Amino acid sequence: MRLELLSILNAERAARRACVLVTDTENGEQRLVKGAEIAADPLAEQLDSALRAGKSATIEVAGRQVFLTVQVPPVRIVAIGAVHITQALAPMARLAGFDLTIIDPRTAFATPERFPHGSLIADWPQNVLPDFAPDRYTAIACFTHDPKIDDPALEAGLWAECFYVGALGSRKTHGKRVERLKEKGFLDSQIARIRAPIGLDIGAVSPQEIAVSVLGEIILALRKKPLRDYGGAA
Amino acid sequence: MLAADDDILARAEDWRKAGKGVAIATVTETWGSAPRPVGSHLVIDDEGHFLGSVSGGCVEGEVVTEAMDVIADGKARTFEFGVQDETAWRAGLSCGGRIRVYVEKVV
Repeated sequence: MRLELLSILNAERAARRACVLVTDTENGEQRLVKGAEIAADPLAEQLDSALRAGKSATIEVAGRQVFLTVQVPPVRIVAIGAVHITQALAPMARLAGFDLTIIDPRTAFATPERFPHGSLIADWPQNVLPDFAPDRYTAIACFTHDPKIDDPALEAGLWAECFYVGALGSRKTHGKRVERLKEKGFLDSQIARIRAPIGLDIGAVSPQEIAVSVLGEIILALRKKPLRDYGGAA
Repeated sequence: MLAADDDILARAEDWRKAGKGVAIATVTETWGSAPRPVGSHLVIDDEGHFLGSVSGGCVEGEVVTEAMDVIADGKARTFEFGVQDETAWRAGLSCGGRIRVYVEKVV
């Protein structure tokens, strides 16, 4: 591998942008395809599918063995609300291999005693998220029921084109939310990306069951639906 | 796992920039029960230091030895380790799986 390619690959990864290193393992020929360039690549279909699966793989191209080294940014989940559901979600997300951050400005909720394992930030989403820089490999799920806390995070998630944006609340609550977002200038197509009521319809009742349904919905969005664009954070 | 592999490739870049001879070994195929998934990396320098893994520790020694040749002549090579293979048996991939490893020099 040329040092130059290795440097670009490491830089793309550090910037949380997807890319694929394509290696002909028979003659050593190599090229790096950045996420944003995949659609124009001769191997677009194979690269796209490898990237979506997030797995490196050997493929055959015109009878030759070609190895795809897939670099995908680690998926992060941001949960707004240090509530009962996220107390259950924290260990589940960790087991499933996701990096979870919980944000809640209410210090009575956001205590280390209630969240001994996860990364917990007792501050407003609008103060935390600019530095956190949500991107296409980030999921944002809102659980507070309080527009003052949930809405700024939802808005950040929509602008960043997060692969998953979900919000807890009844259809009625969501109707009001949609009105607020429209007043702020969000398009119907953006608003339609919010998953509400949140979670897969598995009849979940308890906070723990709702956490399962939300985690399942996040995995579904990640693995089954193509991510809209592999360009990474703009 | 991904984050760790990221650190490993970053280290390969650092080593090369510091003037060392460096090889990267990558698991390109697995059969049966293999301890590390396809895409796992082991990076090796010309003094035999290594980081990462391509198995549970059972064939790393062989890979490091082969990497010395790759660093010396610059030619990438593919190796297979598995129970069907005499050498691999010595190397001891006891889990019963088989892996293919691509070893290339950073130039």
